[in-house]
Amino acid sequence: MGAKRAGIVGVGMTVQRSTRRDVSGVELINEAVRAALDDSGMTRKDIDAIVIGNMDHFEGINYVDTWSVDGSGALGKPIMKMTTGGTTGSTVAMGAYYHVASGMFDRVLAIGWEKNSESDTTGAIITAFDPFWDRPTFGGAVAGLALEATQYMAETGATEEDAAYVAVRDRKNAINNPFAHLRMESNIEAIMSTPYLAWPVKLGDMCPRTDGACAVVFASEDIAGDFPNVPAWVHGVADRHLWGYTSDPYVNQHVKGGTWFPAMERATRELYDKVGITDPLEQFDVAELYLPYSFAGLRYMESLGFCERAGGPALVRSGDTDMGGKCPVNPSGGVLSSNAIGATGLLRVAEVALQVQGRAGDRQVPGAKLGLATGFGGCYWSDELVIGKEKPEKARG
Amino acid sequence: MAAAEDKKMFLVIESGNVAQPFRWSAGTYGSKFLTEIRDNKKFWGIKCPKCGKVYVPIRSVCGPCYAEMTELVPVSDEGNLITFSVVSFGFVDPSTGKQKPVPYGYAVIKLDGADSYLIHYIDETDPEKLKAGMRVRAVFEEDGKRTGSMMDIKHFELI
Ligand SMILES: [Zn+2]
Repeated sequence: MGAKRAGIVGVGMTVQRSTRRDVSGVELINEAVRAALDDSGMTRKDIDAIVIGNMDHFEGINYVDTWSVDGSGALGKPIMKMTTGGTTGSTVAMGAYYHVASGMFDRVLAIGWEKNSESDTTGAIITAFDPFWDRPTFGGAVAGLALEATQYMAETGATEEDAAYVAVRDRKNAINNPFAHLRMESNIEAIMSTPYLAWPVKLGDMCPRTDGACAVVFASEDIAGDFPNVPAWVHGVADRHLWGYTSDPYVNQHVKGGTWFPAMERATRELYDKVGITDPLEQFDVAELYLPYSFAGLRYMESLGFCERAGGPALVRSGDTDMGGKCPVNPSGGVLSSNAIGATGLLRVAEVALQVQGRAGDRQVPGAKLGLATGFGGCYWSDELVIGKEKPEKARG
Repeated sequence: MAAAEDKKMFLVIESGNVAQPFRWSAGTYGSKFLTEIRDNKKFWGIKCPKCGKVYVPIRSVCGPCYAEMTELVPVSDEGNLITFSVVSFGFVDPSTGKQKPVPYGYAVIKLDGADSYLIHYIDETDPEKLKAGMRVRAVFEEDGKRTGSMMDIKHFELI
């Protein structure tokens, strides 16, 4: 049994809101799954296996896979829970892809969801880290990311205004996305005037806390012609989860030391080599990147090879990543507009699929053929997927 | 739907101030590290037999070499500031159930003699007064008050 190529044939997403009190977690999952099944012209019966993920500690429900079977449609089917922190949604996508690519399953449903309104996000994130070495002083994602932002500015000369540009861009894009949470016209001054949460990171630099879900159907090349939508093909995937303690990544994260963001750079090199990407800004038509805060939109562009080290600010200010630019980044509004954490990585995948299928509505990048989707999480981890309109010549891990 | 109406129509249940206590094991080397801080105000690292790197926080496996580490080496209570933040937003610390006192300086520190970094408080909340490369020193909790946790180090201070 050889490896199979796999395509995305259905996408379902809920509206992303600060609080979805009208639905329980299971009902939220169901809303996304029904939409994905409808979109792919299938019923629950057609699904061979399900991969589901969230971050358990946000809702405090530890057997999400079994607890949610009525809503997810997993009743009586193979189900696997995958949870890798911030990268959960993209890991779920990769898990579903691996199921289909293995040749053992033809139609696999990936589900990512979160109800961040059900607990305190910072407190819950702290419990994901080591009780001896990290928790006593850790301030969650905001504080952790601030350490990176400080280091990035010190080593490159980038400014808080450069970062604010990214927040303005993504939230403006979100106006075109009816599913997005924060949809607003903003400007650099407005972002700069928001209070510091953890210097140098301000309220306007951070993603919101969101309730939302996403479901995506992956199908084997053997049956990919049987659906109403043309498939969005997976061209390749790569991931790195390198570090355990919050202080470990900084050992290697130096411009001057030659390594910037090791997990992202290593995953990127592997993926681009496999898929044949040498100039991402020219070769990708669109990118949906897990940028959890504004500074990520500078630094991660460098680690993803869109520009050289310290070139992030010039790249985003050039307009090349705006709608209408060489490679629009986050036409959906991205994570700075909606962050239902377990759904977030999967939404990046779903959005790139809609783009290369030409189904992205008001946020469509005209003629998009090839796109990059990423997931970010924990101690600077990276999941990356290339998704395209054309069928790849072979299945790639 | 208006938020107020939403709240009236859709119910939630509150867990209340629940507690679910845990008992975590520090392991052989973690115990040694914390005991030395508690009893002698001394830092120890652990050295990889393959690559020679000295790890603080202490651990028993060097991830990149996948080698078991057993050799403890003394590490200074002084070091360099690598990067920092000043945390000013309020949140409840899940380890204590209490509001975290903010603002606080939060820092990545490289102790002299260690190759990996430590994360802890820095006793400065003006970011203008902090810079990567500055020299810092551990300030310990006073005698009789140290319990064998990372909070036996009150914070680091600029030298
Ligand atoms: Zn080693």
